[in-house]
Formats: sequence, structure tokens, C-alpha cells
Amino acid sequence: MNRMLEVLSCGPAVTVQDMGRPGFLAQGLTRGGAADRLALHEGAALLGQSADLAALEMVGMGGSFRATTDMRIALTGAPMTATLDDAPLIWNASHLLPAGATLKIGGARSGTYGYLHVGGGIDTPLMMGARGAHLSAGLGAAIAYGDTLPVGADKGHETGLTLPADDRFDGGCIRITASMQTEQFDADTQDRFSKTAFLRDARGNRMGVRMDHDGAPFMAADQLSILSDVIVTGDIQIAGDGAPYVLMCESQTTGGYPRIGTVLPSDLGRVAQAPAGASLSFKFVALEEARAIEQRALSSRSSLATAVVPLLRDPATIRDLLSYQLISGAISATENPFTTEE
Amino acid sequence: MAEFPRIRMVGLAGLLVQFGNEMSEPANRAAIAFRAAVDAQNWPEVRETSTSLVSTFVSADLAAAAPEALTEKLQALVATTDWFSAPLPAGRTLWEIPTLYGTDAAPQLEEAAQAAGVSPETAIQELSSARVRVLTIGFAPGQPYTGELPPHWNIPRQQALTKSVPAGALVVAIRQLIIFTNASPTGWRHVGQTAFRTFRPDHATPFALSPGDELCFPSVSPAEFEGIMQGDTSGNGGAQRQVLA
Repeated sequence: MNRMLEVLSCGPAVTVQDMGRPGFLAQGLTRGGAADRLALHEGAALLGQSADLAALEMVGMGGSFRATTDMRIALTGAPMTATLDDAPLIWNASHLLPAGATLKIGGARSGTYGYLHVGGGIDTPLMMGARGAHLSAGLGAAIAYGDTLPVGADKGHETGLTLPADDRFDGGCIRITASMQTEQFDADTQDRFSKTAFLRDARGNRMGVRMDHDGAPFMAADQLSILSDVIVTGDIQIAGDGAPYVLMCESQTTGGYPRIGTVLPSDLGRVAQAPAGASLSFKFVALEEARAIEQRALSSRSSLATAVVPLLRDPATIRDLLSYQLISGAISATENPFTTEE
Repeated sequence: MAEFPRIRMVGLAGLLVQFGNEMSEPANRAAIAFRAAVDAQNWPEVRETSTSLVSTFVSADLAAAAPEALTEKLQALVATTDWFSAPLPAGRTLWEIPTLYGTDAAPQLEEAAQAAGVSPETAIQELSSARVRVLTIGFAPGQPYTGELPPHWNIPRQQALTKSVPAGALVVAIRQLIIFTNASPTGWRHVGQTAFRTFRPDHATPFALSPGDELCFPSVSPAEFEGIMQGDTSGNGGAQRQVLA
């Protein structure tokens, strides 16, 4: 039987996402892809598969899904309430979704973007080399009730694994570097920017996130005469109203508003995940420190697979204890140095 | 010009080579030619390149690759020639894109003509006979910024945005014309409507235009435009194309 994931109901902003579509900047198309790319790496680590496989990105709330065959799933990103045939599921973990069972994913308890990964990845047709929807460009469409999503062949078999919880879902301090227009803001303005407490505005999406603050607007020296130039993901654009917008993965490729700095790639997930009203601040870091931070983040992403551990559960809370394979075989000693057979 | 070309870091995402701080034809040509030269180097750390009006962006992971080393390579390439007198790219295309000016389809023609200090009839005559060049593709996929129109078309963008113009809208400001890729709010004035699709995600060639291509917008009647809308499903909107020698 074909491996399909059926959509029984769905929030308004659920899309297929992957690592996006690099290579089209010159043609006006930003890379897009998952708003929180670390979540894709986490899902890949939990399922022991490539982070390039596509998953479902769920903004604020998920939906109800049913699999046509047994499937492994993993839940990452913003923690959401999740149940399997009404029994609660642990977030940030991998599980078995048996054929015909109903997976319900509700609202986010913190953060914004939750991810549902399947063993083998979502296998919708490639569009210009990738599967991720880029709605602002008119590529792809949001997932809707009644859709059936093809799922790729799954080479793995382990479930019941988890990763240590991360804290990127409630705002916090965002590290930024200088960009090509930073010096057009005078030293006082840069200093005030880095000392200002911002709140994530309700106006935020995959294109950009607006930051609210009390106090005077931020202005560049030649605010209105700056020539339109390239935008990179993470650029903090000061719009006409003097409020900063962090430009996200689905932004436009060029813009004429000055950029006061650029968010470090490894802190972009924290910006994306901050829910409306979350507190954020921005801290300039020098070039060499920024490079070191990114190198550490890469190394930490690369070793995620070794951070995966079995879920610890209280047997009393496991409703169908007898159906569990309790003796062996659930864990691969070769893939996970932290565990051995029980 | 001593200040340019200059090289700027764009966070950790790459380096920007700027050939000016305002739009000029030689600086635009320099940016396009320099991008082609960078591409021809096949430097392993370069992920992709693009141009804006007067700058070339060289995308590279500057956490992995040393920014100083890439900067030095770019400086050396900058020094090899006078980029401001570089020729236009080879294999450019001329497109003649039928355009319905004014009417309800493009309601700001009269307003734009007034801002440019000409009558609506003169505006149509000037815009439909102008031959403009794609200066850059950006903002939205495949969306061309073209120019330059004669100096009296240096009209400002509107203070208040138009809530939405449709895909294919021909809009004008600051001596430039844009064909919009998608329906969008804009401060540019909507003077004509085309059936030309700048982004065709389902096609083998999703992007119709490249920097350096030339465009004309000949005027057609509402009946002719309706015929094009019904008859041409290719995305070309009735446009004729020829390769420039």
C-alpha cells in the first residue's frame, strides 16, 4: 500500500518545508525553507535520517493526521499539545504512528513553529529543486483538509527517542553582527538599539518579524536616500516608522530601507520562534566572535545524533504497557553511544 | 569615483561589491559584468551571486571561509579592469510586451503623466516607444526593474501605498518601470497592464528575464488586450522576442 499521510483537519498555516531553494537570489527568489532550520536537524537526528528530507511546518497550531501504513514520526520545534488516539504524546521525541490511528496536534504551548517529521520524509513533487512551499513567491500551497501527502520509504525502525529540550521558544538575547549599512546609524543609535527591550509584535510571519519598543524611532543618517540593495535572511531593516523588522527566510531579495545589523544564522530560529509579545534584545558581537559562535553551532548540529536518548517513562502512565517490546531491539547501540541494550 | 568600487561585509552571509551609491548606467553595467566574472572564477567558497542596481553580491559562508581571504580575491578581480566600461552581457533578449495603458485596468496613468508634466496622450506615446533595459531582477521572483526613462520621469513614489496592483501591472517611478510578478501593495504608480508573467514556476525556464535584457511596451487597445488574455496561455502575454546581436 502507498505510504500516505492523510490530513483530517488542519490549521491555517501548515506547509511542507525543507532546507529551501538556494541559488535563485539573482532571479529574485529567497531561499525559503523551514523558519527554524535547527528543528529539521533535530527531527532528522530523532529519526536517524537526512535533514534534507521534508517535514510539515505548523504555525501556531497543527491538525489531525492519519497514516495509511505504520509510520515513524518525530515532533520538534515549538512544543504543541499532541495525542495519538487521545493518548498524550511527548514533544521533541520520535513515536510510532500505527496505520489508521489518529495523530492530533493542537496549539503551541510556547514558540511559534512546530514540525511533524515522518520516517522517509514528505515526498511531494519537487518544485524548482525543493519541496518547501514559498507562499510569498507563489510557489506551492498551504496544506488543507483532505490532502493526502506521499511519504518516502523509511529505512529506519527506531522510535521512542528524545533530545534534550532547547530554550529557543520564548525570545531572549539575539546576537547580531554589523552589516553593510550599520555605520549609517551613528554610535548613539547603535548603542540605544542594543540596550532597548523589544517585544515581538503580532505582525510577524515567514517574511519578517516586527519588533515593538517604547521610545524614539531608530533612524539612519540618510534614511530616505539609501539605494535599494541586496537583503540577506536575518537582516534587521529599519522601516519608515523607525521600527526594526527582522527579515526572515521568505523575505524579498532587495530593499531600500537601511539595515542596522544582521542576526547570526544560529539565532534566527530564536527570532522565528518568539511568540507575539515575547521579550527580545539585540547584542552586537564582533566578527571573530560571530564566526566562532557559528562554528560551535555547526558542530553542535553535527553531533545531534549522539545526543538522542530513549524516552524515560513511568510504566504506570503507559496505558498499553503490554504491547511494548520491553526486552530488546528498540535501540541501536551503533547509532547511539549513550545507550546500550536494557 | 575613487570611493567606488568598494567591498562591504553583509553579516556572515557574504560580501557586497558596490559600484556606486546612486543609480547610473555605467555602475549598473559594472555590477552585471563583475558578477559574470566572479561566476567564471568558480571559487569553491562562493555559494551564489546576484546583482542589485549598482552592486554585486557574493554569497559565501563567512563563518567557514575567512572573510579576509575572499575580500582579497575580490579586490584582485576588481583591479583587473575598468568595470564601468565593461560591455553588456552576450545573448541578451529584446521583448516587446503589449500593454494596455490607462483605463480601469491601469488607473494611475493620468496621475503619473501629471507628475511627469506631460499630457496622458504624450505619456502613452513616450512610455510605449521607450526602450528600457533590465537593470536588476529582485524583490519578488523574476521581477524586473527597468530603465532609464527620460529625466522628466524622475517622479517620486507615492507617500501612501496603493493597496494592491495585480500581477503583470506596469508601474512607474524614479525613471524606472517595473512589471509586477505578483499582486502587491506599492508606492509606484500603475500606468499600464500587461499579461506578461515574469515568474513561471511550472516552466522549464521559470524566469523570463535577465539583467541586460531590453523591453518595449507597445500600446494596445482594450479589445486587443482582451484577445491576448484569451489567446496566449504561454505566460508571454502576446510578447514578441528576439535575440540581440
